Amino acid sequence: MAGVSHWWNSKSRPAQWGYMVPVVIFLLALPVLNPPIITTEPYTDFPIALFNAAVFALIAIGLNVVIGQAGLLDLGYVGFFAIGAYTAALLSSPDSELGVRYPWLVIVPIAMVVTMISGVILGTPTLRLRGDYLAIVTLGFGEIVRLLADNVDPLRGNRGFQNIARPGGDFPDGTPIFSQTDALGFYWLAVMIIVIVLLFMGNLERSRVGRAWIAVREDEDAAELSGVPTYRFKIWAFAIGAAVGGLSGTLFAAQVGYVNNQRFDITTSTLYLAAVVLGGQGNKVGVILGAFLVSYIPDRFQFEPTYRFLIFGVALIVLMIFRPQGLLGMRQHLLANGRQAYQKLFGAGTAVAPSGLTASSKARGDLSETVPDDHAGTSPRGGGE
Amino acid sequence: MSEPSSTDTSLDTPPSEEGLLESLEHMDAAERAEHDAAVSASVAPDREISVAKGETLLAVDGLTVRFGGLTALDDVSFDVRRGEILGLIGPNGAGKTTCFNIMTGVYRPTSGDIRLEGVSLARMKRYKIIQTGVARTFQNIRLFGAMTALENVVVGADARHRTSVPGALLRLPRHRREEREAVEKAMALLEFVGIADRAADKATALPYGYQRRLEIARALATQPKLLCLDEPAAGFSASEKDGLSELILKIRDDGYTVVIVEHDMRVVLGVTDRLVVLDFGRKIADGIPDEVRRDPAVVSAYLGGDLDEESDQ
Ligand SMILES: Nc1ncnc2c1ncn2[C@@H]1O[C@H](COP(=O)(O)OP(=O)(O)OP(=O)(O)O)[C@@H](O)[C@H]1O
Ligand SMILES: [Mg+2]
Repeated sequence: MAGVSHWWNSKSRPAQWGYMVPVVIFLLALPVLNPPIITTEPYTDFPIALFNAAVFALIAIGLNVVIGQAGLLDLGYVGFFAIGAYTAALLSSPDSELGVRYPWLVIVPIAMVVTMISGVILGTPTLRLRGDYLAIVTLGFGEIVRLLADNVDPLRGNRGFQNIARPGGDFPDGTPIFSQTDALGFYWLAVMIIVIVLLFMGNLERSRVGRAWIAVREDEDAAELSGVPTYRFKIWAFAIGAAVGGLSGTLFAAQVGYVNNQRFDITTSTLYLAAVVLGGQGNKVGVILGAFLVSYIPDRFQFEPTYRFLIFGVALIVLMIFRPQGLLGMRQHLLANGRQAYQKLFGAGTAVAPSGLTASSKARGDLSETVPDDHAGTSPRGGGE
Repeated sequence: MSEPSSTDTSLDTPPSEEGLLESLEHMDAAERAEHDAAVSASVAPDREISVAKGETLLAVDGLTVRFGGLTALDDVSFDVRRGEILGLIGPNGAGKTTCFNIMTGVYRPTSGDIRLEGVSLARMKRYKIIQTGVARTFQNIRLFGAMTALENVVVGADARHRTSVPGALLRLPRHRREEREAVEKAMALLEFVGIADRAADKATALPYGYQRRLEIARALATQPKLLCLDEPAAGFSASEKDGLSELILKIRDDGYTVVIVEHDMRVVLGVTDRLVVLDFGRKIADGIPDEVRRDPAVVSAYLGGDLDEESDQ
């Protein structure tokens, strides 16, 4: 493992993307290959299972910005997914009172802006809170969105919205690329969206923005006292996470073609969180893996929905005991020119680059571990900070 | 601004086979001096600008801070002059860290004011105070543990940057320029404080002395006018203390003004130009070190123990 990551880190970013091309091609070909053992059939249609996993992965990527990078515990993330789905429904379903039928490509940017704004609205008062308070308020937000869907008449409660807009286009043989019955086209679309989102997330991570998020996660006071406008960048984390959540909501609504109030409860939020924690907070590949497992395993092995939570609960507990950082540990590249800088210092041949942490850096006292006890002794009454 | 191409840490030239750190060892004296000058130019780009030394930089004016019933600072006034190293000393609990906390916006004064070049810091947002020009280190080290040493310093350099989400998302030219400058500057700073050999290590993995120096580098990266060091020598061996004193003097010589809180009297007397002594939240003395150490109030505050004795600990 260490050897692989060492090799990987020594490559430039374009080279890394180059190596990703065959991986992406393989992922795109997966539903066509429909390999035995891996396939979820006959229980679940394989392209649909893969599409659902991809949407889950997109959600996890968005949530990872908020939880994994900025360290803000958001328990109401499903609210943004719902807002995205409902925006698509209201703007394109014949059941909507708005009476408009916008194409999907127009809906996507609108839905992202709407969710982004709702993220800012949620964040503006709550991001002054820290830790547990934030978790509780966001939990409330998720519930409020669900209750609105239940009770506000134009949102049609359980009846929902039919015939939500889909992207257009036909295969050469005349069948539509994007349809409810065959999720192949939608799966491809989802994978391409994930690639694009990952590219942008990588840009953010290797910038002042990504560093500000990690600094806030590591020590918010020290971040502020090092010149990071922490509040502003926490709002940005919420807004960007929300926009990605909204994007996944529109994608989901378009494929299913139907939205009602049934999918946006707290347990769904919990599953999102489980995906992020399981895969490894702060590791984009990790959360994709986590999301894939959380979505794919029930489809593949067909257990009762109630057992789903039991099994993931047990899996999480076991994981937290043996590997608290998640399947893939936290890992980030925070400098656009990091590789050049380290090679400049240590020589062109070296493949120096930050490697993943072995243990959760969140665990307080990490710093003091390297400090022998007698070092703290100069000022017995210290610590007035 | 420094011209990045003139420093060895420039990213424009391709990395050599052996790397900067190794090639430093093979340099002759002249090359080495030239290299150090380049590092200094990058660390303290404004040091050539003639600053009126001795004029007031920071004015602490009637500062009172209460925590409930406890008065941590009681009507304290003193000045920090440009280009000096001021020692802020006093027994445990005297209010030294509290003073730093007010200077950096962690707490707000109950009454009184504090001004940097005439601008009041008392109600300013913390990150604005950094931009105005006060940076600090912490009595208990507070680094970003999951970041490398280099990344920690770049966070400090970011305080001077304007890139936000749109610029970073689209990799606009200003973002790319700021990114490059920040990394070059951070590399120079790591060398300046003497820990460049561990630039790629996670902050948590660094030895204790390196962590203390890394905090100084991160603070310097914000281009402060005033650098506040809270017990930078705590837990250091005698030789480490000497190295640190040297570093602090070097920082001053590069044009920074420094306030240092420190219990070790050898360090304090070795580097400071002036001392302010606090005891139970009150200022009991203020002046040049030789006078202050003989001041009866100071001597009794240190429980009769002579100041020089403390340094032997
Ligand atoms: N947040 C706070 N709440 C309550 N009391 C505080 C707080 N911060 C500091 N104090 C008290 O204020 C007094 C001054 O503390 P401060 O930390 O400034 O001392 P110091 O001079 O830095 O001491 P040391 O040398 O031990 O670091 C102490 O009595 C301390 O207990
Ligand atoms: Mg203190």
